[in-house]
Amino acid sequence: MSVIVFVDNKNGALVKSSLEAVNYAANIAAAKSVECIAVSCGNLSNEALQVAGNYGAIKVISNNTENADNSQIATLVSNLVEANSASIIVFSHDFSGKAIAPRVAAKLDAAIVSGVVELPNFDAGFTVKKAVFSGKAFANYKVNTDKAVLSLLPNSLDVTITDNVAEVITDNSDLGVSKLVIKEFKKKGGEGVIDLNEAELVVSAGRGLKGPENWGMVEDLASILGAATACSRPVADIGWRPHHEHVGQTGVAISPNLYVAIGISGAIQHLAGVNRSKVIVVVNKDPEAPFFKAADYGIVGDAFEVVPKLVAAARALN
Amino acid sequence: MKILVCISKAPDTTSKIAFTEGNSKFNEAGVQFIVNPYDEWYALVRGLELKEQLGGTVTTITVGGAENDPIIRKGLAIGADDAVRIDGQSADAFAIAKEISNFATDEGFDLILCGKETINYNGAQVPGLIAEFLDLPFASQATKLEVNGTTATVECDVQGGSQVLEANLPLVLSAAKGMAEQRIPNMRGIMAARTKKLEVVPSSGAANNSEVVGYSLPPAKSECKYVDADNAEELINLLRNEAKVI
Repeated sequence: MSVIVFVDNKNGALVKSSLEAVNYAANIAAAKSVECIAVSCGNLSNEALQVAGNYGAIKVISNNTENADNSQIATLVSNLVEANSASIIVFSHDFSGKAIAPRVAAKLDAAIVSGVVELPNFDAGFTVKKAVFSGKAFANYKVNTDKAVLSLLPNSLDVTITDNVAEVITDNSDLGVSKLVIKEFKKKGGEGVIDLNEAELVVSAGRGLKGPENWGMVEDLASILGAATACSRPVADIGWRPHHEHVGQTGVAISPNLYVAIGISGAIQHLAGVNRSKVIVVVNKDPEAPFFKAADYGIVGDAFEVVPKLVAAARALN
Repeated sequence: MKILVCISKAPDTTSKIAFTEGNSKFNEAGVQFIVNPYDEWYALVRGLELKEQLGGTVTTITVGGAENDPIIRKGLAIGADDAVRIDGQSADAFAIAKEISNFATDEGFDLILCGKETINYNGAQVPGLIAEFLDLPFASQATKLEVNGTTATVECDVQGGSQVLEANLPLVLSAAKGMAEQRIPNMRGIMAARTKKLEVVPSSGAANNSEVVGYSLPPAKSECKYVDADNAEELINLLRNEAKVI
């Protein structure tokens, strides 16, 4: 018996959202007194793979096929689920998890619950809680099958790190032919720009900034704090900022530790994309802006006066 | 080009989220239902653009009861040629994807387009499940789609950027922002939608592998702590020493 967790990689290292998933899987494995086994696909060093052990995996099974597509990785994971008699298969609910997890569930005829935010409850069968209605509510799902695929919403749970190192086992199985051919990878933003989906801190701005030429101070604040930049929907739609920075119901949903909203009124559709942030700061000159109701900290004032002060204070801190 | 677009009913983005029957059901009282925005704005509109460019048909498909017909008519008003409703009451994405796959398996669709997720269940499951049930390539979280002959070129969001990918048709795709722009149906479209074919087919009885047994709302947010604009620097201090996030 085992719990299997898929780990994704980038630039030769396992990614943060995957390591969170390993910790989640390890906690489930501990509750069931079984092993937590991580599965990796790609050409990684043993040192890079062993890191999964710090997060609770006993073993990492590594297949070194490069650029495998979601179909090939689903084949790898499903085969290892059968070989290791796993009944719970964990992914991160990140880009790779959204592509692969449903395929694995279909192959195994397993229930799939995606975007889970808590450990499962086995007291009466198998239930697990996930975020629904764009972060405005939670649903408790009951699993009706012997096998279940769970994908963990990034940045939802605290992780425990130890010095344990995972045993690396090589898998040489042939994953078949890729159905998708990779032509090009386009990196978002320039060098040193933090990806919004992975960011722990996010500085975001909206129409209150009056024009794209005024984003310098937002970028300054983000860069000093080590934060990613984001924006509201109108700003992306009129082309002041790129679409991939749009957070909200129809853009990207994020759950950073800190979300700073400057000159954004806080329409319900915007809140849906950010309401799982741990701490929300709102800067708006309108004291009636609805965003203040969702904020932990607020400053009623003109962004053009407030933000330079924040930049100076943040710079002084470092 | 034979295009299938999966569309789902979702509460309007401004709806109040509340539950009834001991928090076991979504409270639909006073709620306006819309086509799930990812399905409509991005998947359906891109399907229509490709049809206009290359010729062919766009069919929408929905799993559920007659209460879905108004949003299905909306899809027809925007420009879909015809619609299919699988008359079932599936409770989870697995069963919905299975129903759609069972229907699509011998229909010869070149493209099966879905929104990247619904705004009510946020599962992001149906498109990937369909791709696996039908053994087709799956472009997940795609922001661009071009078709040239029997080859599709897509751009998909991935960790740290995006990937340009090529696949042979047929292809299953989940659409994200950037794929297309919202279209507002005109009066001619709305009139035409009334007489377009909405075929109701029986459910194939796919099992629900999971089901919702209860809902809950997040705990109320504590009061906002205000910092005076003249003393904005204090905010940085609070974030460091009180909230401990920077």
